[in-house]
Amino acid sequence: MKNNQSVIAATAVPIGLSARLHILSLAIIAMLVLAPAWVCAGPSGQAMSFTCAGCHGTDGSSVGPSMPAIAGMDPEVFVDAMKAYREDKRNATIMNRIAKAYTDEQFQEMAWFFASQRLRLFPQPYDTVLAERGAELHDDYCEKCHEQGGRPGDAGTLAGQWMPYLHFTMEDFLNGKRKWPRKMQRKVDAAIEEAGDDAIPALINYYGSQQ
Amino acid sequence: MTDLTRRTFIEAAGGVTALGTLGFPSLVLGATRRVVVIGGGVGGCTAAKYLRKLDPAISVTLIESKPTYTSCFMSNEVLSGERTLDTLVFSYDGLRRYGVEVVQDTVVGVDPVAKNVQTAGGNSFGYDACIVSPGVGFKWDAIAGYGEQIANESIPHAWYAGPQTQLLRDQIEAMPEGGHVIIVAPPNPFKCPPGPYERASQIAMYCKHHKPRAKVSILDAKDAFSKQGLYTEGWTKLYGYGTDDSMIQWVSAAEGGAVEELDASTRTLIGLVEDFQADVINIIPPQKAGAIAFAADLVEGDWCPVDKRTFESSRHKGIYVLGDASSASRMPKSAYAANSQAKVAVAAIVAGFHDRAPDDPTFVNTCYSVVGEDFGISVAAVYSLDAATNMIEPIPGSGGVSPANASPEIRKREVSYAHSWFKNVINDMME
Repeated sequence: MKNNQSVIAATAVPIGLSARLHILSLAIIAMLVLAPAWVCAGPSGQAMSFTCAGCHGTDGSSVGPSMPAIAGMDPEVFVDAMKAYREDKRNATIMNRIAKAYTDEQFQEMAWFFASQRLRLFPQPYDTVLAERGAELHDDYCEKCHEQGGRPGDAGTLAGQWMPYLHFTMEDFLNGKRKWPRKMQRKVDAAIEEAGDDAIPALINYYGSQQ
Repeated sequence: MTDLTRRTFIEAAGGVTALGTLGFPSLVLGATRRVVVIGGGVGGCTAAKYLRKLDPAISVTLIESKPTYTSCFMSNEVLSGERTLDTLVFSYDGLRRYGVEVVQDTVVGVDPVAKNVQTAGGNSFGYDACIVSPGVGFKWDAIAGYGEQIANESIPHAWYAGPQTQLLRDQIEAMPEGGHVIIVAPPNPFKCPPGPYERASQIAMYCKHHKPRAKVSILDAKDAFSKQGLYTEGWTKLYGYGTDDSMIQWVSAAEGGAVEELDASTRTLIGLVEDFQADVINIIPPQKAGAIAFAADLVEGDWCPVDKRTFESSRHKGIYVLGDASSASRMPKSAYAANSQAKVAVAAIVAGFHDRAPDDPTFVNTCYSVVGEDFGISVAAVYSLDAATNMIEPIPGSGGVSPANASPEIRKREVSYAHSWFKNVINDMME
């Protein structure tokens, strides 16, 4: 019986001053972008977001093993991702077909719904040796943008993210199927230079180990 | 403020209130509202969970005749041996943790005037709103010589997962090396449109490794089927489809695929043009709404008409019909569709309890099929309601099936996502 899998809630994580200021600004933007939603007809942000749950889990906390969690996701990252899918700029399986159904405003409404959800993390198997190596690589090459071990932030959610999804994503970056964010290619190249073929699996196992 | 999570901070800033994540509990209105949900499948479970999630003051009772839920989706993988039947069985305890009262009993009638539900166990449950999600029933008389007893004993339909799924698996394993399996596919509309073709694929995947001279034939009552182009591509690549040696044959209605009669003693199917004999026969009968829908007077023709803004029955106020039993064109009869419809009905019921008009509905369907090793395909649609025609229409420019001739990497990812879809649908409906 698979349904008895224990649910481990993410512990509250201290966040730095810059992150707090960022969230404050996001909260203000939220109020601004939400204002028109009250007068517009059409489905609510909540109703649209509920339709995602069959793949991304209730309120965006995917139970895996490969569809990514989107609860607690930075709203700008969410909107950017959905626009990229809608415009066929990201190597997609299904999300490009789904994203084409929504307007920018609807992306924003869903973004705010998911940003306000608590990310629940679930255990997934990982290699402890690789994860330890990955922690070192993360500190050296990734932490500057993916703060606090890759907790949800303006560079996406890596900590506790489902490992097959991270694997697909890195595969797309490395095969030229997804455009690198600024500086990322240089950092990933440096990590690979240091740790060779283990670099990417080590990083993915590190993120997967954060449960 | 050091251990503020993003969420608590946004709540403090007023973000969540604006988003309206939760409805206001009905308690402020005085009397507790009661919702009775009939049927513990995807539609019923999702509705029960989301009612409690949106308004914990609503009292929710779910009545289901079976002690556990067995998912039909992914059950074709039991036929290939990729998984065992027990991996499809789930407890209703998850719903109980949401405060849903789960009652194991069989509903025998619904009184839409007195607003109560009667059970075979002699109980009566009063309701303010009733949700009926009974799934499909079978038209047993459509194929002469076939019936429920034969289905249970020798020629399974396996269109509800359970003992018949295991029986079919056992028969496939036991058949001779060069054995012949026939799947009789039903006419539209039916539950899980790509299902018969995924079933043929999964059986072929098993045979490819264990009985390479075996054949799988689909005798179809139709001339076209769901995801046909992608199945054809996968079958060609994996099972020699289109060659004399093909492991899979599809016989359309036009080619004589429609079956009129079964001779169970000789395992022979009598078609309009010719007869077909096989070692293993799987008949998926033509379908109609589940029995409870008929008992509750919710059916017109074979299915239950609803107001597609709310999924309230067009025949009886206060009763909402979800999932396969409802007439929900153009949504297919699928698990994801039932899950999506349940949330629309729940939002409408909760709005009604608070004297608010229902919001505009939004619906999604996604469905994955595993054609073979590392070969997954999908279909997706996002729908809105066309109120003028009471039709649920796909939003133009969106949705559709996986691209033809996609890279092996994409096909492989879709297998992984198919399994993730399964886990997340189960999670969202009952965990």
